Amino acid sequence: MSTASELTTGDRILRAVSAVAGFLPGGIVGFFAVVMILTAIPAIAFSGLNFFTGTTFTLGNLYAVTTITHNGVTAPHGAAYGALTFIVGTFATSIFALVLAIPVSVGGVLMLTEWVPRRLQNTLAVFLELLAGIPSVVFGLWGIVVFGPIMAQHVYPALTSIGNVIPWFKGPVGAGEGLLTASLVLGIMVIPIIASTTRELLRGVPVLAKEGAIALGMTRYETTRVVTLPYIRTGILAASLLGWGRALGETIAVLIVSGNALNVLPHNIYSPTSTIASTIAALLDAALTDFTGSAVHALAYLGLLLLVISLLTNFAGRLVIKRVSTGALPVGRGI
Amino acid sequence: MASRQTFRQLRASLFWIFCGVALLIIIIPSIDIIVSILKAAIPVIKPDIFTKTTAQGGLQNAILGTVYLGVGVLLTAGTLGVLGGLYIAEFAPARLASVLRFFSEVLSGVPSIVIGYIGYVTLVAKGGLGWHYSLLGGVLALGALILPYIVKTTEVAFSGVPRTLREGATALGMSRVQTIRKVLLPPALPGIISGLIIALAISTGETAPLLFTAGFSDLNPSASLINSPVGYLTGVTYNDLQLPGGNYQALANAAAGVTIVIILLLIFGGRLVTARSRRLVARMDL
Repeated sequence: MSTASELTTGDRILRAVSAVAGFLPGGIVGFFAVVMILTAIPAIAFSGLNFFTGTTFTLGNLYAVTTITHNGVTAPHGAAYGALTFIVGTFATSIFALVLAIPVSVGGVLMLTEWVPRRLQNTLAVFLELLAGIPSVVFGLWGIVVFGPIMAQHVYPALTSIGNVIPWFKGPVGAGEGLLTASLVLGIMVIPIIASTTRELLRGVPVLAKEGAIALGMTRYETTRVVTLPYIRTGILAASLLGWGRALGETIAVLIVSGNALNVLPHNIYSPTSTIASTIAALLDAALTDFTGSAVHALAYLGLLLLVISLLTNFAGRLVIKRVSTGALPVGRGI
Repeated sequence: MASRQTFRQLRASLFWIFCGVALLIIIIPSIDIIVSILKAAIPVIKPDIFTKTTAQGGLQNAILGTVYLGVGVLLTAGTLGVLGGLYIAEFAPARLASVLRFFSEVLSGVPSIVIGYIGYVTLVAKGGLGWHYSLLGGVLALGALILPYIVKTTEVAFSGVPRTLREGATALGMSRVQTIRKVLLPPALPGIISGLIIALAISTGETAPLLFTAGFSDLNPSASLINSPVGYLTGVTYNDLQLPGGNYQALANAAAGVTIVIILLLIFGGRLVTARSRRLVARMDL
């Protein structure tokens, strides 16, 4: 709506005031980027690329008077900032989460739209909305009190038999806090994003093409496979990338159910683990007591890395959406 | 021929069985989460948890803190988000609009813990503004998180108003302010309000951005915007979950239960308004 018809003074004032608000998100993004980069610079100088290869992340002896200096940056004695375990944990949990969430969301929504009567459909769609609205701390609480223990007692032991084929499935299965539990909880959290988008996408599938397939004598399954799924494929990819971004950055639920492992790479899929996001939340308190201030910078390095990864997945998702540009635009944060 | 037919049917059945199981995997956890949390919470939720603070085994300070934060978020991000959405939908030239929309989407992709961290470094810490843990810090962190959502829902609400109405307003010689106030706002309002309600629901459930900006307090929130930490419901669940002892676990459950009830009420409220707005716009479209 940019027709240059004459604007009154009131119009101009409203335009100016709302323009400030319109530019605000961009301003905040720029501000965030500058703060993260500036705060991370000392840590980048201190750790360099060891950050990506080291598996030891320790703030050092925060009560010692001795310090170490590297590239002009001082840190407490014994401090080392290697983030490999968190990087592995972040990618492992979020990718496993997608492996669960994508087929479940697509399959579940297909079932919903193809077989469930319309009335019941709307009721069941409410569940998707509820799932999207549940706070992550509640997912964490449920994950550690209800879901984790049930899985560790009844499901994970059965999975260990796969260990003969894929060694990563070998036990011990632990108490239900770890990589697999975190991935499953994350998966459940991502489902609403992918499922609600899939539902919107299904509405856009041309009826004529489906009717044509049925007229050719195809079964409902064949119509779905030949007409529906190819039509919504790209949209699902976009939603999955956005869901991935959410899973990468999820903090509290993962922090509660991941078992919070420091400095140990997972040795099987039940092992305790940590993600970049959960580590920032877990260590910021302790980092504040670092008299050299370098721990806070190290966490900024972690935050910057997380920011870059999640923005990349987000961009990728938006790019794919632009290419399909159906009406079904998922919004960033669930719901 | 018969065997081929059986094969087709078998493959279809297997596919739909998979889909049915998938649907159950979506539905069962959402029911189980709500049921098991409420089941654990209901015995603990007694009238006195609304009158005692967390220090005394109640939730009063956390409920008040969550309300204060919510009001603060609506006043800041709510106002600015609605204005920003209005600008993108009604004033910005198409190219600029798509750039602004892009940045808003980028902001919505920033992980909440990163927002919390930045809030800590810039607002709370001595190196920044030095506000200490505070209501304003929490409001601004939550606001940054929720702003893109409000911008988006507002923009969608305005651009959903049928073109014929705008043309009519222009033909009558109405100014832009008049058009927006008298013609566009009434049909857009339900969409904007439901966006704000859902935004409030999202911010009620957040923990990560608040941990290091609002901090946490066992006392009722004071009147001061800065220098005084604020308790909130999700913080009770997160903190007390980690403490040993049945009382803490019970309080964690109670807080989670109250949070869920608040959020469910908000979501249903938002749905009601959305349904109303759909009917309204459908009636106007000529």
